[in-house]
Amino acid sequence: MANAIDRRPGRLGRFLRSLLLPVAAILIALAIGAVAMWAFGDDPLVAYRGLWSGAFGDARALARTVRKMVPLIFTGLSVAVAFKAGLFNIGAAGQFLMGTVAATAVGISFPGMPAPLHVSLALLAGVVGGLVWGLIPGLLKVYTGAHEVIVTIMLNYVAALLAGWTVYAGGTEGQSPGPLWDPTARAVSESPDILESARLPLFFDPAYRLHAGVLLALAVVVFIWWLIYRTTIGFEIRTVGLNLKAARYAGMRVAWTVVFTMGIAGILAGLAGAIETLGVNWKFAPEFGGQVGFDGITVALLGQTHPFGIVLAAFLFGALDAGAARMQFESGVAQDIIQVIQALVLAFVAAPTLIRLLFRMEAEEFEVTTISQTWGGGSG
Amino acid sequence: MRPHRVWKATAIVGWVLALALVALAILVNTTALGERTWLRVLFGVSALNFTLRAAIPLILGAMSGILCERSGIINIGIEGMMLAGAFAAFVAKTNTNDWPLTTSLLFSTLVAVGIGGIMGLLHATFSIRFRMDQIISGTVIIILAAGISAYLFDRDAVAEGKFAPIAIPLLSQIPVIGPVLFAKPLLTYLALILVALLHVGLFYTRWGLRTRAVGEHPRAADTVGIPVNRYRYMNTTLGGMVAGLAGGYLVLEAVGQFQEGMTAGRGFISLAAMIFGNWNPFGAMGASVLFGYTQALQNELLLAGVKTVPRHFISMLPYLVTIVVVSGFVGRVRPPAAEGKVYETEGGE
Repeated sequence: MANAIDRRPGRLGRFLRSLLLPVAAILIALAIGAVAMWAFGDDPLVAYRGLWSGAFGDARALARTVRKMVPLIFTGLSVAVAFKAGLFNIGAAGQFLMGTVAATAVGISFPGMPAPLHVSLALLAGVVGGLVWGLIPGLLKVYTGAHEVIVTIMLNYVAALLAGWTVYAGGTEGQSPGPLWDPTARAVSESPDILESARLPLFFDPAYRLHAGVLLALAVVVFIWWLIYRTTIGFEIRTVGLNLKAARYAGMRVAWTVVFTMGIAGILAGLAGAIETLGVNWKFAPEFGGQVGFDGITVALLGQTHPFGIVLAAFLFGALDAGAARMQFESGVAQDIIQVIQALVLAFVAAPTLIRLLFRMEAEEFEVTTISQTWGGGSG
Repeated sequence: MRPHRVWKATAIVGWVLALALVALAILVNTTALGERTWLRVLFGVSALNFTLRAAIPLILGAMSGILCERSGIINIGIEGMMLAGAFAAFVAKTNTNDWPLTTSLLFSTLVAVGIGGIMGLLHATFSIRFRMDQIISGTVIIILAAGISAYLFDRDAVAEGKFAPIAIPLLSQIPVIGPVLFAKPLLTYLALILVALLHVGLFYTRWGLRTRAVGEHPRAADTVGIPVNRYRYMNTTLGGMVAGLAGGYLVLEAVGQFQEGMTAGRGFISLAAMIFGNWNPFGAMGASVLFGYTQALQNELLLAGVKTVPRHFISMLPYLVTIVVVSGFVGRVRPPAAEGKVYETEGGE
């Protein structure tokens, strides 16, 4: 094994080296963020201290970080699975919303249903909601050649409007309210609370609000790893992503793989929405959509599209999200700076040569993510 | 049938349809036909005005896309460049409110164009110098613009005044067409002129020929001595400037203020317009007008007080039309062949 000429590092060495690029990217992004804050008259030290205490300061903060991490794991996986097949799923936001709405609809219905059944049914509804929203771009790409980037973005807007309508409070001129709207909320557009029986069980101290979705997320991570790296369909997905022509030449069902992958991507993002609803929010309001869908892209890339890497990336982004509010409260720095830092992280992760330039590292160690197959590429 | 022949047929049908609609619009607005509400909703002067108003940022966005993509750089970041331009225009305008209005507006337009150009240059540097995947680079541009504009946005600042309409003598007297097309503020004219300029530039100048060569077959272009990456840098920067102008239009002519995320997907819709228009300036303009029309329709239906359909569904119209259009036409159009690929010079690293 230990050949003197073969200088390839071992498993642990490879793992540590694969951490090098993301860590470097995060450090540089934080540094640039600090310079930006300083340049615009904010104190970066106070801001970062607030960020830290909001994310890791005490047990409650840590629980918040873990809670914020769960949907990011799912949307990160959603984007990553699509990347593996050479597809760019910008639609996680819309799929997330559809999962949210579907889970809410089930969660507020069926009083008297036993809890395990009700929770499962609500999760299943989220899966179906996300699946439908993922299959549309997949099918359109295969049958019409419509590029998934444009279709998923448009579906994000459609989903936002559709979700907004379901809890619409009704217009002053007699427009009827949406089907999930809570009449006791008066003019506020939101759904009623979901029933107790549909809520995900909490563990540890209920005050930490750590829900069973955390465990589900970890299980799904392992499942996706198995699916991608240990099954035939996973092999097909990766082959289609790496070399479309080779996949076709080898007789793989390219069209079917594209549809399947987008379906999985949709399910994952839909599950994220369902878990957020059943574990954290306990109801739906249009503003719950948030950034999770878009952040999934950054998380997927930061995690180098590997399921385990995504857990680490989601942890980091969860911490940034968890600490942002405390940062703004303690230092007065607008929490939007976090978005800038996240964009910078993405830039540095996606451009290994940029990091190499800064650190004089060897570029061969990093896998360059290539996804652009130009417009309408997969139609033939 | 070969793709471009199908396209030709589509274009002819499109032109005939467009002319028929214009004729109908004139009839509705000058004769008794206009007494029917639904016809006024569909073809009233207000609908036509709104169509153009909504189409201008899409037209500019699509021109930005064409500039970049004809040279082989995918630009999905138009949305971000537009937002950056809009925010830059707003900041410039609020800081020059005490200047004479026209000077301040023109200055703010230049700032928007400049910042858009910087975003374009950034995209080019990421994609060419650092070989970042072009779609990811575009995504970075989008998130960056959204984050920076939200972080720096001063919610108390107010931009005073916007571009006023300039009526062109004689032409603006034509019924219907006159007020809709020839009594518009400066940037609308500028956008329309830009379309013609880009068409001539792309298909009748040396720059255009070289740009297309770089986008179709960079190796061949390189062989005959065209500096491939220099053209890509230049075109992507120009594209960014045009996208910045679109943002400037939103703030300085259409809305008058800045709102967070005010581009609201226009950058993406203009990409769809570019594809629908087969990477041709006039084709993309036609597609932009079509998309603008769906937005106008949405607006007019809401104004007409349509109560049976919730407003959310009416608002979906532009997005759904985009999906239908992209699904129906993308198989028949052909993107520049070398798009999205890093070009490495012979003997380079």
